[in-house]
Amino acid sequence: MSGHIRWLIVTIVVAVVSIWMVLPDNPGIHLDLNNDGKAEIARTIAIRPGLDLQGGLRVLLAADLPADQITAGDMETARRIVENRVNALGVVEPVIQLQEGANRIVVELPGISDPETAIATIRETGLLEFVDFSGLGDVSHLYGARILTTAQLEQQAARQQAQATTAPGEQQPTATPATPQPENTETTDANAPIVNPRTGQPFVTVMTGAGLQSAIAQVDRLGTEWVVNFTLNERGAEIFGDFTARHIGQPLAIVLDGVVISAPVIRDALTDGGTISGAFTQEEAQQLAVQLRYGALPVPLRVESVESVGPTLGRVSINRSIQAGVLGVITVLAFMLLYYRVPGITADVALLLFGIMNIALFKFIPVTLTLPAITGFLISVGTAVDGNILIFERIKEELRKGRKLNIAVEAGFDRAWTSIRDSNLSTIIICVILYLFGSTFGAGSVRGFAITLALGLVLNLFTAVIVTRTLLILVMQVAGDKLEHRMWWMGI
Amino acid sequence: MFNFVKNRKYYFLVSTLVIVPGIVAMLFSLATTGAPVRLGIDFVGGSLFELQFSAPVTEDAIRDVFSQYGLQDVVLQELQPIEASMISGSRWQARTSFVEPEVTEEITAALSEQLAPLDKDATNVQQVSPTIGAEVTQAAVVAVVVATVVILLFIVFAFRQVPNAFRYGVCAIAAMIHDILVVMGVMSILGLLFGWEVDALFLTAMLTVIGFSVQDTIVVFDRIRENSRKRRGEDYEMLVNRSVLETIHRSLATQLNAFFIMAALLLFGGATIKQFVAILFIGMASGTYSSIFNAVPLLVSWEKGEIPLLSRGRRQQPA
Repeated sequence: MSGHIRWLIVTIVVAVVSIWMVLPDNPGIHLDLNNDGKAEIARTIAIRPGLDLQGGLRVLLAADLPADQITAGDMETARRIVENRVNALGVVEPVIQLQEGANRIVVELPGISDPETAIATIRETGLLEFVDFSGLGDVSHLYGARILTTAQLEQQAARQQAQATTAPGEQQPTATPATPQPENTETTDANAPIVNPRTGQPFVTVMTGAGLQSAIAQVDRLGTEWVVNFTLNERGAEIFGDFTARHIGQPLAIVLDGVVISAPVIRDALTDGGTISGAFTQEEAQQLAVQLRYGALPVPLRVESVESVGPTLGRVSINRSIQAGVLGVITVLAFMLLYYRVPGITADVALLLFGIMNIALFKFIPVTLTLPAITGFLISVGTAVDGNILIFERIKEELRKGRKLNIAVEAGFDRAWTSIRDSNLSTIIICVILYLFGSTFGAGSVRGFAITLALGLVLNLFTAVIVTRTLLILVMQVAGDKLEHRMWWMGI
Repeated sequence: MFNFVKNRKYYFLVSTLVIVPGIVAMLFSLATTGAPVRLGIDFVGGSLFELQFSAPVTEDAIRDVFSQYGLQDVVLQELQPIEASMISGSRWQARTSFVEPEVTEEITAALSEQLAPLDKDATNVQQVSPTIGAEVTQAAVVAVVVATVVILLFIVFAFRQVPNAFRYGVCAIAAMIHDILVVMGVMSILGLLFGWEVDALFLTAMLTVIGFSVQDTIVVFDRIRENSRKRRGEDYEMLVNRSVLETIHRSLATQLNAFFIMAALLLFGGATIKQFVAILFIGMASGTYSSIFNAVPLLVSWEKGEIPLLSRGRRQQPA
């Protein structure tokens, strides 16, 4: 008895919390732990619709080199790198397409709150250099300084050549003027890049990021600092191994986009890999690892235009579909009520709670809602109903055999449990596999589908079994005597 | 008691009649286009139109013009500059399957004429690469294969107390493959007849069908599992038959509920998801059919040694 009261309380608490989260103007969670007026825990709770439902940001990237210096392979590599970077940003389900012949890449990002960061990460050429600092003694004062290197000069020369040879009319005209070159903002600061004080010449680049095989952000051995560990590819190992062997005891700078990140002293010949440390935060280390892992872009890209795009499925279509979906769910609720009557009412309440809990979790996690994701949700609504149908059919069977009402109800739940458990488990297994494959191969839509379906199935085990059972037992306690001989009310 | 399992040969025949035309269509399609189904812009790329109209134009109106040129699966998106001050007229992007340059000009001319004048300078058409790369498609296929093996193992484990648990797993997987073939076949036929193209959503529809198929089969199998414990010694065919009859109410009620939601989406939903819902609908109907009419009768056939290659464990049964 007390068990049911306990579950009733749990159900009510869950319902209240879920309804609060689902409220359209939910303020989110803001906790000020040390009363300094600033919230330490700030969490917005909002639905995050995907590109197909809401649209997002469309960034048009164009190759910043003359057409004859770019191969189709370069553009495909650039597209793939952009795709990897966008996926690593955590944006779910972007669209990244190559415009053939025009040397442009279309990038569509759903629901990005900060376009600046997104664009910066996408077009970041991420020039990583290992720069010769030998003979400079203590170089810690150079940390964070902007230096000029030989690799940068080469890149600049290529870029200037590109701008000189791009004749007007050669490229497709576009409606919006090209956004200002980000270089402008970077070079406006007064500090011109430093050259090597020993030689008066630009620093010599030993190796660029092209020599890297892989990079991963990790906590260092002491467990206190975020570092990036890298491994070298064959060519990198040759260059790097040779250089480090000849310069043991000398500092070597790690330079990203002209800025010195750190300059450790070479202790040993490095032929397979090493560590980059530089007092990174977790995010910084991860971002650097992403840039290194996916390499520098083979082609410099400039942002040609940034526009917002409407949903891929069409606004009208989506509105109609949402109305239709609501209508469908109402039909399901009506069917359960008409076909199963009193148990049907409890199933309807459980189903509504199921829907609210789901939406609350979508907002809280948050899950990017796309059509595949919503389909996953609708299918889980289907299985949530299925759970109750399995139970109610069993109850009816027991009643037909002449069992007493409360015994039939208990038996119905017990008997239906194994098939609810096994059928849900099998689908959850499928979801896990799809999720794993979805994240490995950047198939975002597959992943979204797997998450919402799995979420629905797990919640379903709670609502279809525990909530319905609690409610039905409550009804039996209140009106069991009246229902005992009125089988019509039990759906028979 | 109505002997439902007795007519199993006819159920297999129905399935065969449904699947064979689909397989023929897939083979024909494979020979002519290189893919068993007609692949859409998501998989093979196509043309990207950027259109700048001088006056506001509606989505439906643009869609109409494209469909005059046989382009049904157009992905239409409105474009807006980030700074709202620049808005004049309306700007759209349309993704379609590949369009020849001459046809492109006809389409833009028609758009200009029928809707609103197009700004030539801000309008252009490009060829674009697929959004779903070959590696994603491949990964999805591998995922399905891995899922199949894991589900097989799971069923064998869940039904370990029933004799020949392995057969349950195989029959559930067979029903699942049946559903995959039905959906692929139907899609292939629709592609040949009406130009229906497979897009990213089809991948989702396929995965849904797989999940639903297994789930539905397990519910019926669960009854067999329970009954074989309760009614030891009963003839297997009778036992299976009883189990199906006991669960058929549930199967129908559940299918009916799924039908309500999908019918509403088909009748009143937006144009862009109708193909998706239609495929889902066919797949789920096939899933219900294959659970009751394929997976279960297959178990009985196997038990009776009726399956040519698997008849080693043949048992003597009165005819």
